[in-house]
Amino acid sequence: MLLRHLLFYATLFIATHAHALSADEVKGIIFGETDTRVEALNKAALTADEKTVAFIQALSDDAVKTSGDKVFVVKDDKAFDPVTGAEQPLPPDAEDVINPNMMRSELDNALAALKLLSKDEQLRREAIKTLGSDSDEARLPLIEKAYAAETVPALKDQLEMMRAAILLGSSDKAKRLEAAGLLSASKNPATKTVLIERLGTELDADVKVALQAALAKVEASLAWGDKLGAIFSGISLGSILLLVALGLAITYGLMGVINMAHGELMMIGAYATYVVQGLFQKYLPGAFDWYLLAAVPVAFLASALMGAVLERSVIRFLYGRPLETLLATWGISLMLQQLVRTIFGAQNVGVENPVWMSGGVQVLGNLSLPYNRLVIIGFAIAVLLGMGWLIGKTRLGLFVRGVTQNRPIASCMGVNTARIDTYAFALGSGIAGLAGCALSQVGNVGPDLGQGYIVDAFMVVVLGGVGQLAGTVYAAMGLGILNKFLEGWTGAVLAKIAVLVFIIIFIQKRPQGIFAMKGRSAEA
Amino acid sequence: MSTPFPTINESLLAEQGMEPTRVASVAAPVADRPTAPPTGRVELPGKGPLLTRSGWSAFVIALIVVCAVAPMLNLWVPEGHALHLSTYAVALLGKIMCYAICALAMDLIWGYTGILSLGHGVFFALGGYTMGMYLMRQIGADGNYKSNLPDFMVFLDWKELPWHWTFSDSFVATLILIVAVPGVVAFVFGYFAFRSRIKGVYFSIITQAMTFAAMLLFFRNETGFGGNNGFTDFKRILDIPIATPSMRMTLFVMTGLTLLGFFLFAKWLVGSKFGRVLQAIRDAETRVMFSGYSPLGYKLTIWVISAVMCGVAGALYVPQVGIINPGEMSPANSIEIAIWAAVGGRASLIGPIVGAFIVNGAKSWLTVAYPEFWLYFLGALFIGVTLFLPNGVVGLVKKLRKGAEQ
Repeated sequence: MLLRHLLFYATLFIATHAHALSADEVKGIIFGETDTRVEALNKAALTADEKTVAFIQALSDDAVKTSGDKVFVVKDDKAFDPVTGAEQPLPPDAEDVINPNMMRSELDNALAALKLLSKDEQLRREAIKTLGSDSDEARLPLIEKAYAAETVPALKDQLEMMRAAILLGSSDKAKRLEAAGLLSASKNPATKTVLIERLGTELDADVKVALQAALAKVEASLAWGDKLGAIFSGISLGSILLLVALGLAITYGLMGVINMAHGELMMIGAYATYVVQGLFQKYLPGAFDWYLLAAVPVAFLASALMGAVLERSVIRFLYGRPLETLLATWGISLMLQQLVRTIFGAQNVGVENPVWMSGGVQVLGNLSLPYNRLVIIGFAIAVLLGMGWLIGKTRLGLFVRGVTQNRPIASCMGVNTARIDTYAFALGSGIAGLAGCALSQVGNVGPDLGQGYIVDAFMVVVLGGVGQLAGTVYAAMGLGILNKFLEGWTGAVLAKIAVLVFIIIFIQKRPQGIFAMKGRSAEA
Repeated sequence: MSTPFPTINESLLAEQGMEPTRVASVAAPVADRPTAPPTGRVELPGKGPLLTRSGWSAFVIALIVVCAVAPMLNLWVPEGHALHLSTYAVALLGKIMCYAICALAMDLIWGYTGILSLGHGVFFALGGYTMGMYLMRQIGADGNYKSNLPDFMVFLDWKELPWHWTFSDSFVATLILIVAVPGVVAFVFGYFAFRSRIKGVYFSIITQAMTFAAMLLFFRNETGFGGNNGFTDFKRILDIPIATPSMRMTLFVMTGLTLLGFFLFAKWLVGSKFGRVLQAIRDAETRVMFSGYSPLGYKLTIWVISAVMCGVAGALYVPQVGIINPGEMSPANSIEIAIWAAVGGRASLIGPIVGAFIVNGAKSWLTVAYPEFWLYFLGALFIGVTLFLPNGVVGLVKKLRKGAEQ
């Protein structure tokens, strides 16, 4: 904090015509009603010099005392005169200056406004951010001064927007009309809010028309970003759903096991990521940024191993009895949750994004694509392709397909069907682990991580059509995008309800999902 | 990639003009694994020890005795006496009897009709919420805000009751709604589901989605059901304070009598021709259809009956426990109902009731004595019952009895 202040003083641009801080100004800022103090403060800020800034900073830091009508700035147990800077003895009856909340926020704003003139680009950026929502007309001259001096185009644009926003609140009609014209060029979503707010209170008909025109223009330039943003977040949600459902597409879709422990297998993957992160922090802090690369195979193996154990010990006794697998795997899921609570505690654990996954690409004014979402979309595609290859092109995949389609014949051909079952279940579980690893990068990692996704996962698989990989992909993407578009309208929870109702209705019409297996079985 | 899993024998089947059959039906048991009955079919326990006339008569008498004796031991035996039954124990017993009604309802639809519902918690909660609305209105102006509106509405700055609270001040209307609300919801849902012949696992998963959606809806403040806090702080029922010992005992006895009534009703139902058609649907629905029956009406009727039973259980549960919130609709709660039925033994009316008592008794003991072991126990119970006791505890008793006779 101290360093920042020093930097601030050192780099502060001082206007050439600034005059020195006068004793009257100091008294105006310190004594009297809050309103008159604010007025004096803003007036002093317009023609600020180094001493004014130091004084306002001291006032904001509660380092100013008064005794009678004398004002002292206290620093390191010594008192100085704010105007001359000379050291003075501090009278024993000196009292702290009391700053009400309103005064405090005005002090902050004044300091921020002064920072607009700083030579340091970072400080100017921060100042613009702080002042963003403050539309006090008294600040206008300062902003215009900063606008004239600003050289960075992005900041210049922002300053112009700030100026326009202040003008919009002006009592002068011509100024308001000018502001509406200026704001119509904006591509910033915040401008829309400002315009709508002003429209609500505007009385003058001419200005109202101008505001509406400006609003329409802003909305038009925002529309594309909004649409693309919704599609992107839909694809992002869809890719997460796809990761969550892919493993289930094997264990439930192909093998017919209603695996209620699927969510807990994801949870194991997420905790495996957490453990790998911890190991990197402890033993390889230099390579911490790349822990995720090591976590991916570890998460896969941890969940796959657990899946293999479950298949050997419980599930193989229950093939062909889907409802029984539901009950038994529900029991397994309860035990796994409790196991994780016993080992890691009931609280969520923290999994950090590596540095290369934070931040994002700014595509449009109101559309930025976060890197972690992009990475997950890429990861989902990679897992999908990997699984498609494994099932469609490898010997193991051939056996899995053979066993699930016709177990007796596969057995007659010499396939060890029991072992293939174990491999297939382990594969599905391992993919759940990969999903857990991905989820650890976007959400909380806790013992009930799996519970939040299990209903979604089943919905995707059922909607896509059981046993259909392509159906799973379409269903995941469709649900993701549908969910995000509804969210824009109705809010997150109602969107989720609407999607569930949609699925229930859809399954009425197509009980077998998007891609029904065609058949003549009377039971179908 | 419309067929991502190219079938090996697809071309062969295509030549013969056939299509590959569904995956789920292919995964049938083969010789190298223990043969298991197909989905939903349960070996009927037959005339087991608890299912003979004397067996279930003894059960009915035991239930009546419990209903009569438990309140007496609580009210009239002084505290500290060896025979005194604490208020806590009576409350627990009453709560478990409500659960037993749910388990019995689950048994009718799952054990006897072969339809596993993972959404019965919704009907339980709907009955509970209907009762809760009445109880909220009975608080009157005694709430924290001294307003005639329920506290949470004052908190949300609402000025009048929403439309769906219209009948909540009438006890008679509440009694009707306790039956009607779960009944109508079940009818609408069931009609669409059974008409398009959704069954088996699909039906289970859709009911799970239904309860999940309902839970999200009830969590919302603006739906007018108290958001995630639900309803609590009940004070009176029919203007009688709810916390008095006599009121508690009345509720307890009513729960017991309801359980008894439902049990006898279910007993009659499954023995009737209607019940036998249900069991035929469970074992071979297609054959029932070919024999000229339309399963829709049968399935829908038993589905609605089962839902109403759950709703009544919920309505009895709420005044005894003193709270109802959307947590009752979480998918996990609905699955637990299925657990009670499975542990006790499906397709035997006594089994689910026994199961509800075993699981919930163990729960209230273990969550106090060994809180961290409860989930291990429940999980293990689940796996153990599905693996080793396909007919539940009742099936085990029957087996042991048979072994002893030989």
